[in-house]
Amino acid sequence: MTYPLTLTINGTAQSLRLDDPRVTLLDLLRERLHLTGAKKGCDRGQCGACTVLVDGRRVNACLTLALSVDGAAVTTVEGLARGETLHPVQTAFIEHDAFQCGFCTPGQIVSAVGLIAEGEAGTDPERIREGMSGNICRCGAYHGIVEAVLAAQAARAAEERKTA
Amino acid sequence: MNRFDYHRPATLAEALSLGATPGAAYLAAGTNLLDLMKLGVARPGVLVDVTRLPGLDRIERLPDGATRIGAMVRNSDLARDAGILRDYPALAEAILAGASAQLRNAATVGGNLMQKTRCRYFQDMASACNRRSPGAGCDAVGGVDEGMAILGWSDACIATHPSDFCVPLAALDAVVEIAGPAGAREVPLTAFHHLPGQTPAQDTALAPGELVTAIRLPPAAAGFRQHARYMKVRERTSYAFALVSVAAMLRWEDGAILEARLALGGVAARPWRATEAEALLAGAALGRDAFEAAARAALADARPANGGEAKIELARRLIVRTLMLAAAGTPARIPALPASPFAATEESLTHA
Ligand SMILES: Cc1cc2nc3c(=O)[nH]c(=O)nc-3n(C[C@H](O)[C@H](O)[C@H](O)COP(=O)(O)OP(=O)(O)OC[C@H]3O[C@@H](n4cnc5c(N)ncnc54)[C@H](O)[C@@H]3O)c2cc1C
Ligand code: SF4
Ligand code: FES
Ligand code: FES
Repeated sequence: MTYPLTLTINGTAQSLRLDDPRVTLLDLLRERLHLTGAKKGCDRGQCGACTVLVDGRRVNACLTLALSVDGAAVTTVEGLARGETLHPVQTAFIEHDAFQCGFCTPGQIVSAVGLIAEGEAGTDPERIREGMSGNICRCGAYHGIVEAVLAAQAARAAEERKTA
Repeated sequence: MNRFDYHRPATLAEALSLGATPGAAYLAAGTNLLDLMKLGVARPGVLVDVTRLPGLDRIERLPDGATRIGAMVRNSDLARDAGILRDYPALAEAILAGASAQLRNAATVGGNLMQKTRCRYFQDMASACNRRSPGAGCDAVGGVDEGMAILGWSDACIATHPSDFCVPLAALDAVVEIAGPAGAREVPLTAFHHLPGQTPAQDTALAPGELVTAIRLPPAAAGFRQHARYMKVRERTSYAFALVSVAAMLRWEDGAILEARLALGGVAARPWRATEAEALLAGAALGRDAFEAAARAALADARPANGGEAKIELARRLIVRTLMLAAAGTPARIPALPASPFAATEESLTHA
């Protein structure tokens, strides 16, 4: 028996067939669709390296059954840039030295995009730290990460003022 | 992970009939169930995905002033809901003190209630565990973890229930609405999770095939909004389960307590409602003396299951602290570090 599954991944609609219902969203992305941006750190919801957006909300792909999100729009770190132009959060991570080894970085960046969209942390570093606590960084780049999120929020606010 | 059949029913009736299949389990967001399946602790032969069932994802205000929260409401949506923030601020604070933003975005109300203990021996298939395999014994007794239960445990099981959300629910007299093959029924939240006795595997009031459809908060639950807090002590500031947590709510007038609600988390196999302490507080003069007496009463029967004397003292102090904070007033906005005893003093303690 195979299970049909339709997902819009980074803007492209995909009709898939799963031969095994056990596939998590993370394994689907990494092993079958070769989108290896989302990382498998713990596979247990404890590190955030697998963070992706499902219908715009950040979730842990490792604890999401792929079949369960049938019909959803999934955004991974690969889907953030527009051609050669990086997403403002990606640019901010580079400018603020927000990583060292880079293993947690795709999850951090996608999580930050989710956090900014939630619009609750504002410019309070404490609220940003708390809002980003689901992403562990073993290199301890937390200082740069908070700076990067602050900068990306500020850039977005400035952009919104311009277009308003 | 074991092999399973996957079903995504479109109606409640269909879900209940699939849920009655032997070896079936309901799948909500999967943040607990998939984890346990990967470990081999849970091995359902049939997964019944209930996330698309109609009508279970709503928060409704009922004509009598009660609030019904559907079992599929996501934890983050609940904590963000304007009505919940206004009327049950400690409930929102407790949710936001749990897990991470990613997990809360996925996790459902029903799944949070039904999540299994985080006892590390329960999760380790190489250890003996009565909760996982009845009669096998309990390796947590005499094990490395001193953070086990201090109330309501038995020699068969000393595990705790890990939910933050359930602690203020217990204090607020929440009711669990259930649908099942034999019809609908309801159970008070304080009786929903079972103490282990000699049958720790039977951990909730749900019979096989039954589904939680909603949680209901009675009208009186909204009466504490100006003096309601949740505090949680954990091994790091965020993204960690509670060692001990406390929900405290007060109504008072002219310095005298009219009514108090007190519940503890991380101390027993169920969210622990401290009714004796509440009775002592009712009518007492508002202040530290009454809170100290209440804490002693709440912990009168506490015994460390596993060398965890420190946890009793931690609980005693956190009860006093949380009652003091509740008396001072609910913060106007959920603090930057929800439920953290290490949070800076809040700007404004005037909750609408
Ligand atoms: C790393 C990590 C940290 C966490 N930290 C915290 C924390 O600090 N505080 C806290 O409270 N929680 C914490 N959690 C637990 C989290 O809150 C739960 O995993 C979540 O609430 C479960 O909801 P779910 O929808 O994913 O349930 P699922 O995983 O889908 O289901 C859990 C269980 O409930 C059953 N079930 C689900 N819905 C129903 C229903 N409607 N009726 C009957 N049975 C049902 C399932 O069969 C299963 O047995 C943490 C989890 C992780 C992975
Ligand atoms: S304390 Fe309970 S859950 Fe933990 S190993 Fe013992 S029986 Fe199992
Ligand atoms: S890999 Fe998903 S949270 Fe660690
Ligand atoms: S940059 Fe190495 S883990 Fe975060």
